Amino acid sequence: MKIALFIPCFVDQMAPQVGLAVATVLERLGHAVEFRSAQTCCGQPAFNAGYQDEARAVATHALKVFAGAEAVVGPSGSCVAMMRVFYPEILAGTPHETAALDLACRTFEFGEFLVKKLGVTDVGARFPHRVTYHDGCHSLRELRLRDEPRQLLRAVRDLDLVECDEAESCCGFGGLFSVKFPMVSTAMAEVKAGSLARTECDYIVSSDPSCQLQLDGWLSRHQRRPRTIHLAEVLAGTAS
Amino acid sequence: MTTVSKPAPAAAASAKQQFLHDAAEHVRDTGHRDFIRRALGGYYTSRDLQQARFRNWEHARDAASLAKWSAVNRLDELLPQFTTRFEANGGRVHWARDAEEARQIVLELLAAAKAKAVIKSKCMTTEEIHLNQAMEATGFSVVESDLGEFIQQLRGEPPYHFVFPCMHVRREEISDLFGKHLGTPPTDSPEELTMIARRHMRRLYVDADVGITGANFLIAETGQISITENEGNARLTAALPRIQIAIAGIEKVIERLDDLAVLLPMLATAGAGQPMTCYNTLYAGPRAAGECDGPEEMHLVLLDNSRTALLADAEQRDALHCIRCGACLNVCPIFKNVGGFTYGTTYQGPIGSVITPHLRGLAEWNHLSEASSLCGACTDVCPVRIDIHHHLLHNRRNAARTSPSRIERLGHRLFAAVANRPWAFAAGGWAFRKTLWLAKLLRPPPLSAWLATRDLPPAPARSFRSAWRSRQR
Repeated sequence: MKIALFIPCFVDQMAPQVGLAVATVLERLGHAVEFRSAQTCCGQPAFNAGYQDEARAVATHALKVFAGAEAVVGPSGSCVAMMRVFYPEILAGTPHETAALDLACRTFEFGEFLVKKLGVTDVGARFPHRVTYHDGCHSLRELRLRDEPRQLLRAVRDLDLVECDEAESCCGFGGLFSVKFPMVSTAMAEVKAGSLARTECDYIVSSDPSCQLQLDGWLSRHQRRPRTIHLAEVLAGTAS
Repeated sequence: MTTVSKPAPAAAASAKQQFLHDAAEHVRDTGHRDFIRRALGGYYTSRDLQQARFRNWEHARDAASLAKWSAVNRLDELLPQFTTRFEANGGRVHWARDAEEARQIVLELLAAAKAKAVIKSKCMTTEEIHLNQAMEATGFSVVESDLGEFIQQLRGEPPYHFVFPCMHVRREEISDLFGKHLGTPPTDSPEELTMIARRHMRRLYVDADVGITGANFLIAETGQISITENEGNARLTAALPRIQIAIAGIEKVIERLDDLAVLLPMLATAGAGQPMTCYNTLYAGPRAAGECDGPEEMHLVLLDNSRTALLADAEQRDALHCIRCGACLNVCPIFKNVGGFTYGTTYQGPIGSVITPHLRGLAEWNHLSEASSLCGACTDVCPVRIDIHHHLLHNRRNAARTSPSRIERLGHRLFAAVANRPWAFAAGGWAFRKTLWLAKLLRPPPLSAWLATRDLPPAPARSFRSAWRSRQR
């Protein structure tokens, strides 16, 4: 299968290793991977703030970029949810409606793509660490992915997966929410990161680089272990 | 842990400024936040236990949602039907367009009855219309008979949570409160505290001229009022005084008596983790000839107060499904961290953030819709399937249309313009990465808000697109 990478803007600028890990895993499974360099942002910041005209402008650009791709795979549940769930909503009744629905059907979150589209759970990775999984809210509640990332982690050699007591609680990032209501956002990070840290894991695995930014930001400021790692990096075996 | 009480409003602050101020104060009180989290821990356990007793909780949600959906979409038919049957049973319906009209109706009924003392059972609609203040200002003595509401009345505070009004108050504080107001000796036994309130209340039921109740459901088929409660106080409030006045929003009407078969257990399970609430009563009119008890008169005030405006909004109409179970508050990370008073609204939590802009104005109350990470935990637990967190997005969109922040709109326009030009976006990304160290030093807003409590990693040397180009060579 020819897979178009959907690299969210902050992965592009702040976490390039995550995008590379996605490509590594997909290629290892025998698929051709392309990066369409005209891609920019999914438009979620404007959409979440209520500025839908601006979000629509960004969305129609993304529709053009990913036109014709057999599958679009991105390492962020949040940005994928924007394309899958919210593009059809904001483009309903416009000439782009059909294209939006079409893209929604072809766009996948990375772990989801492996398990649900490719039917793979064991990608041959080894990661000799105790880890816990942080559910990103968009993955969990917009894309309904709960078991898929855990199936992938359970198949990793020498990996010990433990659950935290706030597994389904939000990390408090929420995009602009994190700076518009920083005190609330931070309190939420404190609750979630505290719970994750209590599992005494070596790594917090996540499918959302934005949650990672929030959790690592709080953990680093409070000099607490552990740190986060993206699911793709674990599966690529590029970090250990 | 400090004692948490309703903060005094700062002078001339907007609702948003007040929210930001109170939220900042509240999150600092980690003892209180832990107290709330622990209090809700027991609720999660019993809620999960009771949900598991449903053959299929998701199907029950469908059924409950459908019952409310079909009623809310036929209010024009069901409200007159309810009214006709309620009045045929001997009750009297009063229509109130807004809070002011509702208060006037109640005050006139009290005056006509030459009432002096009023006893009330739990009713959030009366909080919404600030009825107690109006009655007290007119000279009536008013006592809340629900234990939580009674405690809040003695504390001079509104409810902290619309189902658990005093969940923020510790047992020792209640003991001290009762000692101060009722002269009772200190105790840490919840049973004894309940008995103190109960002994104090008994006489008041008998002395009251009028009992004011709420209503959980109004049954169009039979003209009955359904009230669900755990303490038996609503029964006494309705039965002992000469006159009963019930106050309810127009969205409380449901079509059939049978609908209660799903709605009552779902309300109890979602709201309090109970299989059923202890007392479920149907009120079908005042005392009829030959009956030995019940009030002589039964009135129902049906309140609009902007509900018809919400009804006209097809996108958010399902917010009128709300049965006020409070399940969305109990799972909301915002509520759990900022507490009930910070909202400054009658209805706290996610559903309050959805409906308050409709009840009180979007321009002033949209910040509640912004104060959410959109995690969606609320929508997942709503027993009547209100699309709560997506409605927060709808409110944000409506506010951006009607009262946009100029600076924010400019920012998003600029961002969209750049995002539509791949070369500009790549250049912008490069500039961001190369100047991030400087930005971290200078801390311009909104970066300052992030850096105040969280670190930001250093920017990597290369972007993905640059690394990808090398990789493909």
